[in-house]
Amino acid sequence: MIPRITDALEFQSQALVLRAERQRVIAGNIANADTPGYKARDFNFASALRNATASTGSASTSGAGLGQSLGVGIARNVLTPGGREQPALNYAQPHQTQLDNNTVDMDRERGAFVDNAVKYEATLRFINGSVRTLQDAMKSANQS
Amino acid sequence: MSMFRIFDVAGSAVSAQSQRLNVVASNLANADTVAGPDGSAYKARQVVFQTTALGTVGQREATAGVKVTTISEDNTPGRRVHDPKHPSADAEGYVTYSNVNAVEEMVNMMSASRSYQNNIEVMSTARSLLLKTLQIGQN
Repeated sequence: MIPRITDALEFQSQALVLRAERQRVIAGNIANADTPGYKARDFNFASALRNATASTGSASTSGAGLGQSLGVGIARNVLTPGGREQPALNYAQPHQTQLDNNTVDMDRERGAFVDNAVKYEATLRFINGSVRTLQDAMKSANQS
Repeated sequence: MSMFRIFDVAGSAVSAQSQRLNVVASNLANADTVAGPDGSAYKARQVVFQTTALGTVGQREATAGVKVTTISEDNTPGRRVHDPKHPSADAEGYVTYSNVNAVEEMVNMMSASRSYQNNIEVMSTARSLLLKTLQIGQN
């Protein structure tokens, strides 16, 4: 029961952490827009999220007994902050080559930055929505 | 929390760009400087940027900041103008000015200020996202 309640939050929080990660990578690209020889980095969000949730999602749904799933839950909570694997960073293909070997395309980076910021905020709203749903579900029995 | 590193990254870029702006200002200020008694005028300066790793996650370098490694001097000879009345004219009546190219410096200044603005915008976006993150589950 408890894992089922927290699973949705778990998925969204993984997505939020990855969005923050991507925001940081893009900020690094924008910071290095004038650095000679710098190669723009980015990662595939979809596959990173799939990797991040693959181990945790299947473990909690297949957990049969209460003790077993509780144990998985605890282990997962301990592991998540530091034990999560970093997404593999790829190099961007430059549309135009520059003489100083810098491959940061400022238009693309700004677009990706804004896009990622909006999706980060969307994830925040999803989390707020599920928290509110949970709170409403807990409230209605006691006070109505 | 990786979101806080954005301020380090954008902050390093802002400080590097402002140093570049500083150098441009000093170049423009000295655009009409004439050579002293030793015959060498002001030489235009340029900053050199380099990527710097701000902390690592695992074995990989995680955060790419930027820093100014060196300030290189432009060694092309300065502009020489024939003006025998000038107090700094040499024996043949030539005055040596600094080798600053004002047009180049203006372009450099615009590029630096745009990059500065970009990084400030990155910081303010990260700030508003963090403030919203603080309000998770509060409404």
